[in-house]
Amino acid sequence: MPQNYVPIFIFIALIAILIPVTLLAAKLVRPDNPNRIKLMPYECGIDPVGSARGRYTVRFFLVAILFVIFDVETIFLFPWAVEFKALGLFGLMEMFIFLGILVLGYVWIWKKGALEWV
Amino acid sequence: MLTSITSYLHSNETPGAAGNMFWALLYILAIFLGLSIAVIAMNWLERKVLAHMQVRLGPMRVGPHGLLQPIADALKLLIKEDIMPAHADRLVFWMAPLITVLAAFTTFIVVPFGPTHAVTDMNIGILFMLGVSSLGVLGIVTAGWASNSHYPLIGSLRSSAQMVSYEVAMGLAVVSAVLMTSLHGTGVYGTGTTGSGTGTLSMIGIVKAQYDQQIWFAFKFFPLGLIAMFVFSVAMVAETNRAPFDLPEAESELTAGFHTEYSGFRWSLFFLAEYSAMIAVSSIAVTLWFGGWLRPFPNALTGATWDLLFSLFPGFSFLGLGALALLSAMRMPRHRMFKIQTIGLAGFGALLALIGLGLLVPPLRDRVQDIYWFVAKVAVFMYLYIWYRGTFPRYRFDQLMMVGWKILLPTALAALIATAVVGVF
Repeated sequence: MPQNYVPIFIFIALIAILIPVTLLAAKLVRPDNPNRIKLMPYECGIDPVGSARGRYTVRFFLVAILFVIFDVETIFLFPWAVEFKALGLFGLMEMFIFLGILVLGYVWIWKKGALEWV
Repeated sequence: MLTSITSYLHSNETPGAAGNMFWALLYILAIFLGLSIAVIAMNWLERKVLAHMQVRLGPMRVGPHGLLQPIADALKLLIKEDIMPAHADRLVFWMAPLITVLAAFTTFIVVPFGPTHAVTDMNIGILFMLGVSSLGVLGIVTAGWASNSHYPLIGSLRSSAQMVSYEVAMGLAVVSAVLMTSLHGTGVYGTGTTGSGTGTLSMIGIVKAQYDQQIWFAFKFFPLGLIAMFVFSVAMVAETNRAPFDLPEAESELTAGFHTEYSGFRWSLFFLAEYSAMIAVSSIAVTLWFGGWLRPFPNALTGATWDLLFSLFPGFSFLGLGALALLSAMRMPRHRMFKIQTIGLAGFGALLALIGLGLLVPPLRDRVQDIYWFVAKVAVFMYLYIWYRGTFPRYRFDQLMMVGWKILLPTALAALIATAVVGVF
């Protein structure tokens, strides 16, 4: 049913037009007198030290990787959940094997300390 | 042309499914309007309710009881100077609020306000909704990166880590609700197959499944549905970066988090997106676990009398709100300085009462019933958001990640497995 998907594009097009138009329209009424101090990064009144694009903790990277693993797992669960009753016990066992491997990995990363933040 | 417009009026499909783009456009515009009103109302309500929880008065000056405060704020934001930091990445800085708003708004395409009141109903509805709402994290990351400033960068990193962590638990909780749609037995523990035995991902289909099974999924397999619902409702607060999980914008450490460098109208876009995202995830929760547009006890309390009684709810709610406004108008101080405010409040009450009377007219009251119940259920969730903010202290970041990965994820997984084991027999 491709016509079900057409409103999405209408919707996105409407937002993509409406918001820039409003932003540009607001340009007509708002003041615009920047100066060097005003355009500095905001750090509660203190002059910023160094570049903001420095290094940050590797934990964030770890979280991103874990997210990819578990989110893909969730996506694999959706088709099974829809056909759950039709697949019956066979599907359940298959899912147990799939989830078992994942839970094993989950226990391992827990023991490894990947879920600890500090 | 005219026939294509009028022919839809008695259709029993959504405009998207009927392929009627005129009505789809009309629904989209209605959603824009409704969302704007909801965000304005929520803005006022949040300040007022939070203020009263903290024994303050909240906004009182602009309009009676501060009713016009959100409108004054919107005007103020529109005429404020829009500052773009000198070292910001201009294009990305410009795109970020647009992406955030797009992600927050687009989810509303599939939100079922009634059996036919959705812009379109896709057979991948809930998947679409989860996918699009998780795009919001892109806007936050780009906003923090483009600002080229310390606070926004840290805020956006935290925010993205938090959002992706809770999304896992959220997805698993959703799977256990989807799993329940493939069962066709009635009642709390009914698992029998009466239909084809296949479930559905369509938002409208999920609500219809709850009608067929004669139970809200929150109460299906008694503790299991509730557990999944609980996991989802914790995760959705974290997903929308609201208190007690508002780490990304913890004002005591990070000023305003990822949108520190944003000002004026661009900032208001982030505000709009935050509140729309709150409404969006609340409507997912209502659709999945609380029967969407279904009125209370649609299977048990049937018959003409009950139908009439429940259809009077929308009208009487508005009449009650109007009466409340008129009552506060009568309690306004009798002083000439309050004269305009008193008249305004009385007028507002009269308007609400008029809407209420209009909703009592038979053809209208049957049409708006579904929308009313859906909105009422979402409103409960929105009130809970305010309540959380007034009650819980903020989490520390390591505690937050621990809750997401070590408590919610195993709980959701266990609930899913238990639901599957109970459901298969």
